[in-house]
Amino acid sequence: MKPKPFDYVRPDSIDEAVAILAEHGDDARVLAGGQTLLAMLNLRVVEPSVLIDITRIPELGAIREMGGKIEVGAAVTQNALLAWPELAKKLPLLAAALPFVGHFQTRNKGTVCGSIAHADPTSELPLSLAVLEGEVVLRSHKGTRVLPAGEFQQGMLATARESDELITAVRFPVMKGGAAFREVARRHGDFAIVGVAVLAESADSIRLGVAGMADRPAVSRFKPNGAAGIRDAVERLAWELEGYEDVHASARMRRDLLRRIGPVVIEEAIRCAA
Amino acid sequence: MRRVNKGERTRLRLTLNGRKMSGEAEPRMLLSDFLRHVLGATGTHVGCEHGVCGCCTVLIDGTAVRSCLTLAVQAEGRAVTTIESLADANGKLNALQQAFQNNHALQCGFCTPGILMSFTDFLKRNPHPTEAEVVDVLSGHLCRCTGYTGIVAAVLEAAGQTKPE
Repeated sequence: MKPKPFDYVRPDSIDEAVAILAEHGDDARVLAGGQTLLAMLNLRVVEPSVLIDITRIPELGAIREMGGKIEVGAAVTQNALLAWPELAKKLPLLAAALPFVGHFQTRNKGTVCGSIAHADPTSELPLSLAVLEGEVVLRSHKGTRVLPAGEFQQGMLATARESDELITAVRFPVMKGGAAFREVARRHGDFAIVGVAVLAESADSIRLGVAGMADRPAVSRFKPNGAAGIRDAVERLAWELEGYEDVHASARMRRDLLRRIGPVVIEEAIRCAA
Repeated sequence: MRRVNKGERTRLRLTLNGRKMSGEAEPRMLLSDFLRHVLGATGTHVGCEHGVCGCCTVLIDGTAVRSCLTLAVQAEGRAVTTIESLADANGKLNALQQAFQNNHALQCGFCTPGILMSFTDFLKRNPHPTEAEVVDVLSGHLCRCTGYTGIVAAVLEAAGQTKPE
């Protein structure tokens, strides 16, 4: 299948990009890595009249540390972040989760921000951003706003981005403590059925993020109380989130996967924190 | 700012396997189709056209990507490397290709160009991979003939990890 015809625009600056977005709004689509968007265009699931290629805007290509946060620009690929020398030290959760994002070949082109913009409820990067309580930076011709991850992602493939806004970067707070990640998928590189990301700030403060149980990542905090306490907490969460049924798995299977992998990932993060 | 309107054909210049080439394309043309139909480089194969099968993998500036998930216009000014570059001018296979032949790592050969290009990139970054790392990269490709055992053995042989039997 081939895409329907569209205008192609490749701005040289953020200002040019947001001016085009202001003009075309919902008729335009932003192209970064295109590892989901090109497939959607080929299958004609989306049919924009204008495609705005932001990959050659120099300001969007950087990974920067600023005030305890790591800012990843909108043109930074997943493999570029994975190869960033500071990643294992400053964002060990992403060092653990990124290898599960697509495949080597798609990570070479797919961007960190693009995955977050797509807001798939089973996706690793939106889950990681939510657990780390990161932020999304949005720019329009009217100005810049910064949204917490929890406000940005609003549902299945739905975000708070306005049609004239460009995601210029996401910011991950530098982590303290231990982290662990695990997911269950039919095959490695497929979309996860259930994914679990845990941040153990200390032995008695846990942030547990779950993907694939609701229309967006679910993050909860609790104090772990021994192995039995952790099992009970995950059990309660599984019933609270319920899960959902689709072509990949039933709601019951999702709850069961969470019960099985949740405690294992939590214990692993606590061990990493110690 | 570069702009190409709907349906308008524009001349794109890029480097293909070290040679400067150009051809006309409209914005919606995929790089895979541009290579095959405009530049005539038909070694790159097209399977699923939505990024799953990996047949169409080529290198852009040395990095393995899906040419079906790349617009031709996105490769403008870039260096594209395809399967045609691997053997020398006399048709002598390079080490990776030879290892594929040695290990019966292909049968119909449809998926092979993409797999060879992925490992051309990967072995440059990681010249001595473990078997698990090879399998991980191979997960981005589908082969419907041989299974993957011969392919894994070939890549490990090319990387000097095992000796041919």
